[in-house]
Amino acid sequence: MPKGVLQRRRSIIPGFGLTMGITIFALSVIVLIPLSAVFVTTAGMSFDEFVAAALSKRALSAYRLSFGAAAVAAAVNAVFGLLTAWVLVRYEFTGKRVVSALVDLPFALPTAVAGIALTALYAPNGWIGRWLAPLGVDIAFTPRGVVVALIFVGLPFVVRTVEPVLADLGADVEEAAATLGASRRQTFVRVILPAIAPALVTGCALAFARAVGEYGSVIFIAGNMPFRSEIAPLLIVVQLEQFNTAGATAIAATMLVISFALLFAINLLQVWQRRLRSA
Amino acid sequence: MTRPPASASPTAEPRWLRWLLVGSALLFLGLNLALPLAAVFVEGLRKGLAAYVTAISEPDAISALRLTLTVAAIAVPLNIVIGLAASWAIAKFDFRFKSVLVTLIDLPFSVSPVVSGLIYVLLFGLQGWFGAALRDHDIQVIFAVPGLVLATIFITFPFVARELIPLMEEQGREEEEAALSLGASGLSTFWHVTLPNVRWGLLYGVLLCNARAMGEFGAVSVVSGHIRGRTNTLPLHIEILYNEYNFAAAFAVASLLAGLALVTLVLKSLLEWRFAGQLAGKVH
Repeated sequence: MPKGVLQRRRSIIPGFGLTMGITIFALSVIVLIPLSAVFVTTAGMSFDEFVAAALSKRALSAYRLSFGAAAVAAAVNAVFGLLTAWVLVRYEFTGKRVVSALVDLPFALPTAVAGIALTALYAPNGWIGRWLAPLGVDIAFTPRGVVVALIFVGLPFVVRTVEPVLADLGADVEEAAATLGASRRQTFVRVILPAIAPALVTGCALAFARAVGEYGSVIFIAGNMPFRSEIAPLLIVVQLEQFNTAGATAIAATMLVISFALLFAINLLQVWQRRLRSA
Repeated sequence: MTRPPASASPTAEPRWLRWLLVGSALLFLGLNLALPLAAVFVEGLRKGLAAYVTAISEPDAISALRLTLTVAAIAVPLNIVIGLAASWAIAKFDFRFKSVLVTLIDLPFSVSPVVSGLIYVLLFGLQGWFGAALRDHDIQVIFAVPGLVLATIFITFPFVARELIPLMEEQGREEEEAALSLGASGLSTFWHVTLPNVRWGLLYGVLLCNARAMGEFGAVSVVSGHIRGRTNTLPLHIEILYNEYNFAAAFAVASLLAGLALVTLVLKSLLEWRFAGQLAGKVH
């Protein structure tokens, strides 16, 4: 991009052309051009072809599972993520630093490792599964397994988004509520919760967005039965393995459009959150 | 992190409730995070230490390890250069559409790993845009190392930049402007002023970038072709062992990556405790 278009204010700092050039070049070659290939390839398909691939019964049930499981996992993480953030910000207990570091484990642990580890726990003969199997509760190799994996993957997004907001929350508002006779529960529901709601929603949206596209941690525990426990990203891989590149691309385009819509919504949420925090 | 005093007050919870909340949080985290981590090591050692050592030292495992290190050794430095360039351009200058550029840099985070691999198949696969041209020149990208590197760079593209951009924006431009007006060259200003200011933030970003680069599964799985001993990275090697019902070996190899994750977490926490003021916001 020419310098004149982008630069507004004269600065004595050099290197704008070089660094912007590297950035635009890398962004185009690595990210934008390859991503555009999905849409260009999809645009080359006929409408019927696209609908047959992207909206087939099998694809629809895969979307339903991916989005449904991601939503359930986000809801579970809303509760336990908030609980974790609350405990880390408000209370002192031994081993707190270790616990706090452990919260980021899903960011650091490769997804394939998480996937086989969760399967070892929740398989019918696994560490936890063997206690649940006699009760008739199967987790691994069912849609519930997908939810378990997505809870693992999404947790840090909620905790790390809520934590700073909770820490910033002034004691004065809670003191005011208590002075005015509010019970602790009323203070939580009517004072604290509204203040952290934007962060909580943002954290859940981030977890949801990540969970929708998640692959590695899910495929080992899911069972991968078409129409039942097959997630959308796996269906893309299945189509590719059958050399149906067009079918894979149509599903990928559908997922990308939804992801970008989510990204847009998250950006709006963050603007809202920032406005509330600075107000 | 600031917190109100723990003493009994109208704005603190009763002791029993505090214990209940801490207890249920620890139970949840224990079941959800600590137990899976423990399972990796326990299952890896299930057949004994000798089998463990064999699993991580057999030729296929070694070549997978070598490939993982190679891919990271190319992808991470490239991401450092791109991340430094992007944050310099974005934080030290004003221009229109800056927020659009920042959003575009973050884009790979909202793309499914599988799609991140697929896009390179569409470009460089046999039927892809450049497929014929590459075949004519006998260059292989998909099912070969270049494809693995490209997919890894895509996946890790935002890590360094998103750590450095807010950090450099916080630090402003005065120090650079002072150095430059005292006659320092642009390069030596960057080297002696900017880089020391952001070194811990850079290290933080590199740490996360490297963990993801070495552990990426979905994207590399699509472009790798799973050629044993040739295009299998460690995560892909784990998948193959697991699908062959060679569980102990799969977990043994997985424990190497779990070890890497633990080292990453320890270093990351150390940076957060020691240099909190020199890092950008910790939220992803």
